[in-house]
Amino acid sequence: MDLAIVWFLLIAVLWTGYLVLEGFDFGVGMLLGIFGRRRRGAAPDATAEKNRRVIINTIGPVWDGNEVWLLTAGGATFAAFPEWYATLFSGFYIPLLIILLALIVRVVAFEWRGKIESETWRTWADRALVIGSWVPAVLWGVAFANLVRGVELDANHQYVGGFLALLNPFALLGGAVTALLFLTHGAVFLALKTDGEIRERASVLAERLAPVTLVVAGAWAVWAQLAFSVPWTWAAVAVAAVALVAVVRATRARREGWAFTGTAVTIVAAVVLIFGSMYPDVMPALDPANSLTVANASSSPYTLQIMTWVAVALTPVVLLYQGWTYWVFRKRISAEQIPEGVGLSLRKIADQAWGSKPETPAPRS
Amino acid sequence: MDALDLARWQFGITTVYHFIFVPLTIGLAPLVAIMQTIWVRTGDEKWLKLTKFFGKLLLINFAIGVATGIVQEFQFGMNWSEYSRFVGDVFGAPLAMEALAAFFVESTFLGLWIFGWDKLPKKIHLACIWAVAVATNLSAYFILAANSWMQHPVGTIFNLETGRAEMVDIGAVLTNNTLLAAFPHTITAAFLTAGTFVAGIGAWWMVRLVRRGEHDKARTYRSAVVMGMVTMLVAGVGLIWSGDWQAKLMFDQQPMKMAAAEALCETQDGAAFSILTIGDLSNSCEGVRHVIEMPGFTSFLATGDFDATIKGVDDLQREYEEQFGFTDEAGNPISYQPNLAVTYWSFRLMIGLAVFSAVLALAALWLTRKGRMTDNVWFARLGVLAIPMPFLASSFGWIFTEMGRQPWVVVPNPNPSGVDGVWLLTAQGVSEVTSVGHVAGSLVAFTALYGVLAVIWYRLMHRYAVEGIAETPDSPTPDQDADAPLSFAY
Ligand code: HDD
Ligand code: HEM
Ligand code: HEM
Repeated sequence: MDLAIVWFLLIAVLWTGYLVLEGFDFGVGMLLGIFGRRRRGAAPDATAEKNRRVIINTIGPVWDGNEVWLLTAGGATFAAFPEWYATLFSGFYIPLLIILLALIVRVVAFEWRGKIESETWRTWADRALVIGSWVPAVLWGVAFANLVRGVELDANHQYVGGFLALLNPFALLGGAVTALLFLTHGAVFLALKTDGEIRERASVLAERLAPVTLVVAGAWAVWAQLAFSVPWTWAAVAVAAVALVAVVRATRARREGWAFTGTAVTIVAAVVLIFGSMYPDVMPALDPANSLTVANASSSPYTLQIMTWVAVALTPVVLLYQGWTYWVFRKRISAEQIPEGVGLSLRKIADQAWGSKPETPAPRS
Repeated sequence: MDALDLARWQFGITTVYHFIFVPLTIGLAPLVAIMQTIWVRTGDEKWLKLTKFFGKLLLINFAIGVATGIVQEFQFGMNWSEYSRFVGDVFGAPLAMEALAAFFVESTFLGLWIFGWDKLPKKIHLACIWAVAVATNLSAYFILAANSWMQHPVGTIFNLETGRAEMVDIGAVLTNNTLLAAFPHTITAAFLTAGTFVAGIGAWWMVRLVRRGEHDKARTYRSAVVMGMVTMLVAGVGLIWSGDWQAKLMFDQQPMKMAAAEALCETQDGAAFSILTIGDLSNSCEGVRHVIEMPGFTSFLATGDFDATIKGVDDLQREYEEQFGFTDEAGNPISYQPNLAVTYWSFRLMIGLAVFSAVLALAALWLTRKGRMTDNVWFARLGVLAIPMPFLASSFGWIFTEMGRQPWVVVPNPNPSGVDGVWLLTAQGVSEVTSVGHVAGSLVAFTALYGVLAVIWYRLMHRYAVEGIAETPDSPTPDQDADAPLSFAY
């Protein structure tokens, strides 16, 4: 098989890995805003705070590894399809910029949240987590829907459509689909990974979300099929539909493992639909003559060959140790396991810098 | 300002910013791994305390390193898409390898390390931090392979048909001599940074506790001082060795950078190394006056021979004009000389700021000899003062390397080991479709966000450093129980 096609598939695989994995941690981040909401003016509530930490700790050990799937997809696109990388990221400048800003605040919020024991501090960290999860969850859908639909490229393969053209109805619906899908995926994941109050609330929410997701995602997929796609991707739509119906039933029956499998399969099927409808283009243009294709955007055969060896050697290893991580942290988490915070207070209790007489150390707060 | 200038500012700001945190991560991760190894080996509680203390600082720093790295991965496409089209076939490969071989390991095993305290068996938990330490250093290798290729393109041909650089030999790209010199230089710079950090904080605390009469606690920090000092000394030697090697390669591969670094206008035999030079701000040779000089030293640095001939900026400009043309596509004359003041001073600041680390290391060597401790307040002050200096030196090193490369983004190499025809002016690399508004907007957004994050990062680091080692261990004794509380978690 032509190596450029292999790389088209590999990049689809990397995006699948990213969207399935980061999909649930986006979902969990979004749910933090729903289950962890603070009431205005209410006194800090220790139980609520423990529950928030339960939510965050379900993805604590893995979110960073999940995010690297995106970086790898980016790097692989650069290496295998430089023209695609160049046109896509210079063309989708503003959405990408907003995604990057969101991801930045999300990363630091995860790591820094527990470092300071202060309600204000945590409130801000939670805001960053919630926004940092919602924004990319919506915008990735908008971006991919535009790729399915086709964008305005000129004869030099430059994107000339401008920002507002990216906000067409089909793309916006795509954004709603990813947001809903990730939200459901995250709720199902929370139900699977926690015990106690959060598990209960997540199960109830997942049950309510599943049918809505089925309808919205179904509408988008049918629109995509009728307007922009090829016949064989109906198969992917069918798989997604079956999986989502299974999710609806499994959430009702509180079969959490099955429900999670269902949302994961749905996301896989969605990527198949997206990449299947683009092929043989990597970036379909409104005027097909200007499209960036697998053939005209790819690197030289030599580079593709080297990269294939690298990917074949390393990807299974990555899957192995990432799988191991999930296994190590397979236990459910509940509020009882969350210890008191070990963060510091923001301001140190004044103590003398160069004191010559012994004194008791400042109390830790 | 046009989109090109803004894009350059944006790249400079975001990359230098990323590289404030990177050296500390690269150096501190292995040092924490060593601390934990000593604890696992000897069971000495002191090393567990140090592991946790510096481990927390590492985590605070790591977060911002990752956050700012994400931008880097996509920036080439956003602002430098023409560059990406031209180099992607070669340049993308090490970037993708970095993600696959290093970032995955780094992020996954750091998660295991943070959440695996008291959960994973001791030795496996230890292996996790070692995996992180190795991966951060490996990531440096790959990204420097990409960067070194821009400084000295090898293993590549220019394909007339596609109009781009294409890789023909990955082995050559990954063993580029520029890379083989830049990697030890960057890594030793990172170790100098981390060593100074550990020793500086250790010095401050040791003095403080000795003055309070708490000698037992002070001993713990003394260990940090010694560890930092040894790291500084070894790294310092490595830095000079690798820097010297780089200078010789640079003389071969980028003579203009060498000449600019010395503000050497006319070709000279036995060129001197000036320590202080005055110039006007015109960035032209007329205004340059050397005030203090070390005779023959530039020639020595570049070739190992005090009498060697070094070409000056003006002569090189003429040579470049003949080879690459007098004017660009728009008909404007091209200046092939980088900004003289910036290259000259960034080179000197890079080297000069290391003096603080050297003084700290020597003072520590003396004051902690034979198990001694000190209550000398000046030693504590020196420790604190020295900490930021290697950070600054590293930034200046990059500013020198990158701005000395101008006006090229991919430098043509006139020497036999380079490749002909593979070069690109920075002005040719900028995206064609991004408007001034886009770049200006993103520049403002990144700068503002980064400003806020820098303040928070600094306050957190400061707060945790000043808090010192927790007296009550913040986790129960390890019982390796899967249901144990998540002690080190979020
Ligand atoms: C010499 C070392 C070095 C240099 C020159 C750069 N970086 Fe970096 N980068 C690292 C060394 C590093 C690191 C030590 O591996 C970091 C710092 C903190 C961290 O978590 O990993 C990192 C993080 C980091 C991340 C996040 C990784 C993660 O999620 O774990 C990305 C995507 C990049 N970098 C990308 C880049 C790009 C595209 C650069 C080129 C402009 C670049 N870095 C310069
Ligand atoms: C693999 C690593 C790197 C690559 C591929 C790279 C690439 C580039 C590119 C494409 C530019 C824009 C063109 C230009 O204006 O020169 C640039 C500029 C710059 N880079 Fe790097 N860079 C790398 C690492 C770094 C690091 C680590 C630093 C410093 C911390 C750095 C500092 C700068 C600066 C200061 C500029 C601005 C120069 C100017 O505008 O005159 N670079 N680099
Ligand atoms: C005697 C001391 C030193 C010498 C002779 C030296 C030499 C050099 C040279 C020639 C370069 C430019 C390479 C190029 O443009 O291709 C460079 C870059 C650099 N230097 Fe130094 N240096 C010294 C000390 C230091 C110190 C103390 C630090 C930081 C702690 C440092 C950090 C860097 C960094 C980060 C770069 C950019 C990355 C690279 O190109 O390797 N250097 N150095």
